[in-house]
Amino acid sequence: MSAQIELKDAGQVFAVRNDDDKRKQDFVALANVNLTIAAGEFLTLVGPSGCGKSTILDLIGGLTKPSSGTVSIDGEPITGPGPDRSVVFQQYTLLPWRTAQENIEFALEAVGGWSKSERKERARRYLDLVGLTEFANRYPHELSGGMKQRVAIARSLSYEPSVLLMDEPFGALDAQTRERLQEELVDIWKRTGTTIVFITHDIEEAIFLGQRVAVMSSRPGTIRTVINIGLDRSASAEEDVRGTQAFAAYRHQVWSLLRERPVNRVGVASVA
Amino acid sequence: MPSLLAERTESGLNPRQQSAARVTLVSSHFTRLGRAGRGLLGIAILALVWEYVPRLGLVNNYFLPPLHEVLHAWWGQLRDGELLRNLRASAVRSGIGFGIAIVTAIPIGVAIAWYRPVRDILTPPLEVFRNTAALALLPVFTLILGIGETSKIAIVVYACFFPILLSTITGVATVDPQLLRSAKVLGLSPQATFRKVVFPAAVPTIFTGIRISGAAAILVLIAAELVGATAGLGFLINYNEQNFLIPQMYAAILTTTLLGLAVNYALVILERRFSRWRA
Repeated sequence: MSAQIELKDAGQVFAVRNDDDKRKQDFVALANVNLTIAAGEFLTLVGPSGCGKSTILDLIGGLTKPSSGTVSIDGEPITGPGPDRSVVFQQYTLLPWRTAQENIEFALEAVGGWSKSERKERARRYLDLVGLTEFANRYPHELSGGMKQRVAIARSLSYEPSVLLMDEPFGALDAQTRERLQEELVDIWKRTGTTIVFITHDIEEAIFLGQRVAVMSSRPGTIRTVINIGLDRSASAEEDVRGTQAFAAYRHQVWSLLRERPVNRVGVASVA
Repeated sequence: MPSLLAERTESGLNPRQQSAARVTLVSSHFTRLGRAGRGLLGIAILALVWEYVPRLGLVNNYFLPPLHEVLHAWWGQLRDGELLRNLRASAVRSGIGFGIAIVTAIPIGVAIAWYRPVRDILTPPLEVFRNTAALALLPVFTLILGIGETSKIAIVVYACFFPILLSTITGVATVDPQLLRSAKVLGLSPQATFRKVVFPAAVPTIFTGIRISGAAAILVLIAAELVGATAGLGFLINYNEQNFLIPQMYAAILTTTLLGLAVNYALVILERRFSRWRA
């Protein structure tokens, strides 16, 4: 049920107007992005703000087409959004006039293929998965930020996409809620086997979650390095993985990469 | 006396704590009953002023009769059916005009907000019409449509149309782009996106316009009926005044107030039903 994603020399250019001299020009948001994400992998993308992280997600999600290069899923070029991929945004994007349960049903109605009772049953099952069984009939404004994001994750998973794309989903949450949700997400990933591409600007979040961390640099946005993370997260409930020596070493490595100015302006991505 | 400062800075549970525990904080500053009591007190003061200002001779009691005389006249007109006959005439006209405005302004507003070229073309002429006062056009409506029902309904439509149109445009155009993005990611068709995301999101904003129009419908109609009509509350006010039936005139004015209050209250209830999901 998982899929392999491949970006080959992908570039994205937007037409912009210069604020100083009012002239039209091209803005290179992404250049030469080469990245292969294996089926069932959990990959995190970390980089400074404005480096084009979200543009990569838009490309994979099918919200935009690359100006150059190709983006494909299981060998097929991506031409638009599809039920094989789902996106969790930083803003919770729940319909405020629908309850938690109905918000999940909304996604199932949109994707189609289930009867009314199947949708109900399925929505309930995915609310269980994120631990919100008792909150099924609450409206979004009655839920905390962390709960809203759990509903959004449940909604995205409900139609069983093979790829889950997450755009800084925990960015607006407080530190403790964020850590708990990170642990839950790893748990959900292990249970469902979904391929996850997770964007963040938080180095620790990237290392804790990702099997691999793709470090990006900006102007033009490209992937500098992909680091394999060899942390054992299976015992995360008992042990504080974030406090280990190995974690600190990874953190320092990514931190240094983000700090130093890229030597090669048009960075060539190294794919692990 | 509790001031705004004391009320707003009072410490207590925050909304999340309240909802987590499924409780509502009881404010020490005011209770529902206390507030309703104060509201009644305000009305009572108004009634006393109306009763005693003419009685004490502060204004001529022929031009402003004391409240009890007005209420007596009101009761009399209510019993002989005069009031209801005219009230019905006004209610039917404003109801029809208001209804026509709702069913035309909402689809047009949606089209304007949804399609950028339509918006670009229609916005300037609509601004011209919007800034032309409805009552200024009353002679025009009368010339073209005559002094019968049609011209009166038409002017109500005109007055109600623009608040609804503008609120529809605003409501549809300001839908959270993130909701649209998530609908697109789900592969929802444009029609389904409109039906399931855009329109429900716009309903509370549209209702603001509908409420403004509800008040405008009565306001404009009464004015039109004052000028030329053979039935309606505006006609009744004018008729009573010209025949020096001053208490009866005030009774008719009071009835327009009651009609306005009833319409507004009904719309507020309806609005609350449709926007329950709002925080």
